[in-house]
Amino acid sequence: MSEIERHSYDVVVVGAGGAGLRAAIAAHDAGARTAIVCKSLLGKAHTVMAEGGIAAAMGNVWPEDNWQVHFRDTMRGGKMLNNWRMAQLHAQEAPERVWELESWGALFDRTPDGKISQRDFGGHRYARLAHVGDRTGLEMIRTLQQRAVALGIDVFMECTITRLLKDGDRIAGAFGYWRESGRFIVFEAPSVVLATGGIGKSFKVTSNSWEYTGDGHAMAMLAGAPLINMEFVQFHPTGMLWPPSVRGILVTESVRGDGGVLRNAEGRRFMFDYISDYFKAETADTEEEADRWYDDHINNRRPPELLPRDEVARAINAEVKAGRGTPHGGVYLDIASRRSPEFIKKRLPSMYHQFKELADVDITKEPMEIAPTCHYVMGGVEVDADSAMSKVPGLFAAGEVAGGMHGANRLGGNSLSDLLVFGKRAGEYAAAHAAGLAVRPRIDEADVAQAEAEALAPFARDGGENPYSLHRDLQETMHNLVGIIRVAEEMERALERIAEYRERLEKVSVEGNRQYNPGWHLALDLRNMLIVSESIARAALERKESRGGHTRDDYPSTDPEWGKRNVCCRWDGDHVTVYQQPLPEMPDELKKLFEEH
Amino acid sequence: MGYDLKLRVWRGDENGGGLVDFTVPVEEGEVVLDAIHRLQATQAHDLAVRWNCKAGKCGSCSAEINGRPRLMCMTRLSLFDPAEPVTVTPLRTFPVIRDLVTDVSFNYEKAKTVPPFTPPEGLALGEYRMAQVDVERSQEFRKCIECFLCQNVCHVIRDHEENKQHFAGPRFFIRYAELDMHPLDTLDRKRQLRDEHGLGLCNITKCCTEVCPEGIKITDNAIIPMKERVVDTRYDPLTRFIRRFRSPEQPRRPAPERQGQTAADS
Ligand SMILES: Cc1cc2nc3c(=O)[nH]c(=O)nc-3n(C[C@H](O)[C@H](O)[C@H](O)COP(=O)(O)OP(=O)(O)OC[C@H]3O[C@@H](n4cnc5c(N)ncnc54)[C@H](O)[C@@H]3O)c2cc1C
Ligand code: SF4
Ligand code: SF4
Ligand code: FES
Repeated sequence: MSEIERHSYDVVVVGAGGAGLRAAIAAHDAGARTAIVCKSLLGKAHTVMAEGGIAAAMGNVWPEDNWQVHFRDTMRGGKMLNNWRMAQLHAQEAPERVWELESWGALFDRTPDGKISQRDFGGHRYARLAHVGDRTGLEMIRTLQQRAVALGIDVFMECTITRLLKDGDRIAGAFGYWRESGRFIVFEAPSVVLATGGIGKSFKVTSNSWEYTGDGHAMAMLAGAPLINMEFVQFHPTGMLWPPSVRGILVTESVRGDGGVLRNAEGRRFMFDYISDYFKAETADTEEEADRWYDDHINNRRPPELLPRDEVARAINAEVKAGRGTPHGGVYLDIASRRSPEFIKKRLPSMYHQFKELADVDITKEPMEIAPTCHYVMGGVEVDADSAMSKVPGLFAAGEVAGGMHGANRLGGNSLSDLLVFGKRAGEYAAAHAAGLAVRPRIDEADVAQAEAEALAPFARDGGENPYSLHRDLQETMHNLVGIIRVAEEMERALERIAEYRERLEKVSVEGNRQYNPGWHLALDLRNMLIVSESIARAALERKESRGGHTRDDYPSTDPEWGKRNVCCRWDGDHVTVYQQPLPEMPDELKKLFEEH
Repeated sequence: MGYDLKLRVWRGDENGGGLVDFTVPVEEGEVVLDAIHRLQATQAHDLAVRWNCKAGKCGSCSAEINGRPRLMCMTRLSLFDPAEPVTVTPLRTFPVIRDLVTDVSFNYEKAKTVPPFTPPEGLALGEYRMAQVDVERSQEFRKCIECFLCQNVCHVIRDHEENKQHFAGPRFFIRYAELDMHPLDTLDRKRQLRDEHGLGLCNITKCCTEVCPEGIKITDNAIIPMKERVVDTRYDPLTRFIRRFRSPEQPRRPAPERQGQTAADS
């Protein structure tokens, strides 16, 4: 066996988005020798793309706001399937995590009295999102990145982890390769924090980048840690639609938070036709009331355009199906007729820029054409709420890769705050776990050899299929058969195809050498995408109801019995097995919050 | 409508390489990165290229297109004559790793040497108060997506490897400006900016401003004011002393557009 580069740390954080950086800072602050490993350059993780803001009940704009209201909004948005303890910690700790960013140099937009300004978003009762124009994620990642650099934390950039390594039932480290050279690298560490983000690249139309191949989800499964809630995939209602090259790119929800409305091809503000009973009491039923709400939240109810994302995405889908869609099969998002060009350019500069440059559309003059796009996965590694530890000792997960916090549907802005709250917790507990061990776990050399063989396999084969075509087929299958609206028969077909893809993956070969070879990288990512796709399809088949980011044509209603259960996924050697488990029960004092309103 | 694009792409590694001609079918509305991706998926599976967001937000996909530094994901093909080939080459200022991917670690090393934000002691979390007008100046610089196009185009390091050691480049001049103009920062970094990071080597050619995809007015709003302040510190310690004690609530200086001698950046 060739000589492999080796490093030893107390805590290895896989991922350098908001969750990973925050975890690394916390682990470092707790005294652990910490490393960050990430697939892209530092500062390029998905978090950089987040636009709208960070949800935190600071009460700067509406003093009526507090953690209880935020908690309640989050649970209701998640259709009560959230892990209540995570939702509680999240609502309680988010304000302090945001203020902490400010103390590290973040410059949020301000209120007239000099505090952090907060904006309206779907599902949030009060204006709650700390933001910087529509580039909040950039502010957040740059702040955390600069903090981590200032603390001198070691960063391994453009380095991809392919396997977690164990000693018995505990985590012992991780195996990966340098993208630049293709050389292998082994990390020995008693604690590993997964902060690898999401899974969108398994779908054809998505707002997600090449990195979102579900690596953390799949590696956790392979290491014996189950996933929960994988049937819940969020389709963001407003993705770009035309020209084809921009299809799926996100149009921030802030457009609606700042006054934009949805219209069908007939010009009708159709969202008023789709207010479900669940949200009737808190949603305006006339355009006049909805328009008054922007200035007076107390005496008016919110516009239906700001219902949670699952509701809006389904409504758009229904309008298009009913033949009232735009020429390219979407609906219109109109802010031009409602706000002044100056306001739009000031509040939504990157949206203005994005449409102008990529679609030749001036959003201060014309409506945007939009359609839903695969955006976020609510499901992820099952973790303990307080410590973020998975079922495998020493393996932690935070951010989009962790499951439970958002239940069946995530509210906008709740991801960035989730990254901060649980990133910090994961880092602290990972450091404590490492410090508390009497003996460091040892890596089994046979596992390293196996990981190496697995990674090199595509080079050993000749004349096989190329990974790009297999990837395209998988995306097509997930989009068509396990998309926004699902039925049993289609999902079964998807599962058959995924099994075929697994056989095809065995034959994929790559050309060129190991140096910065995207074809090879994709071939290795496909293993993860197939595991994640199978998990989504199996979990979605199992849940025989519609709820949040999971809509079934064959079971269209929400079933209270299913509201008491999580669907979990575990890897059984060559396939995914699903099972159910009861949802943790909320204590009475929190239950009361839902009666008062 | 769609057509067959003639694409010339630099392929090679640190040992050398050259332009390779390809023909790639492209569609209406596409950008250079779409063409590169299609090339990768259908003809050159191992073509090395960086990208992430495909929406001009992450600054990963920098390259030189027909010799001009640009983001591949924000460069529409409709800019070019369909009859002419489009040439894509890696950033020239940084060493090539493979194909369109360069070693930009220079920038990450420089980033480590800029002293970070330093708030006043004793200011508790949640008690920071800043006026919108005061944060806007630094916010302009915080729009930077670290595409390093400005670094790539700056002649001080583009043609002079030997300057790299003493020159941080425009990306970091705006970082200094950002910290200096931050209403609550308490650290003076001007001497370091001058002595270690080579602000004096910049002769205000404005090439950096011209290529910045975020439209940051690097020269007018950051470099020129910082040059003035560095001079201030040198000859007039008193202005600095007074400035320290001014309330952060008030706008501190005239807006840069009004700072006389320079024309607005194009
Ligand atoms: C366009 C867009 C806009 C959004 N806007 C908002 C918003 O306004 N508010 C909000 O709350 N949320 C928003 N979201 C969601 C939010 O941005 C993401 O959920 C969040 O940033 C995920 O952060 P993370 O830290 O979990 O992962 P990421 O930021 O995605 O980071 C993942 C990291 O893991 C690394 N990685 C992955 N796999 C591996 C591997 N195998 N080996 C090594 N490293 C690996 C990657 O390189 C990367 O560094 C938005 C999402 C998108 C796509
Ligand atoms: S203005 Fe200064 S920093 Fe900018 S490109 Fe010219 S010399 Fe370089
Ligand atoms: S200042 Fe502009 S050109 Fe320079 S790195 Fe930042 S975004 Fe790119
Ligand atoms: S891919 Fe992000 S800027 Fe081009």
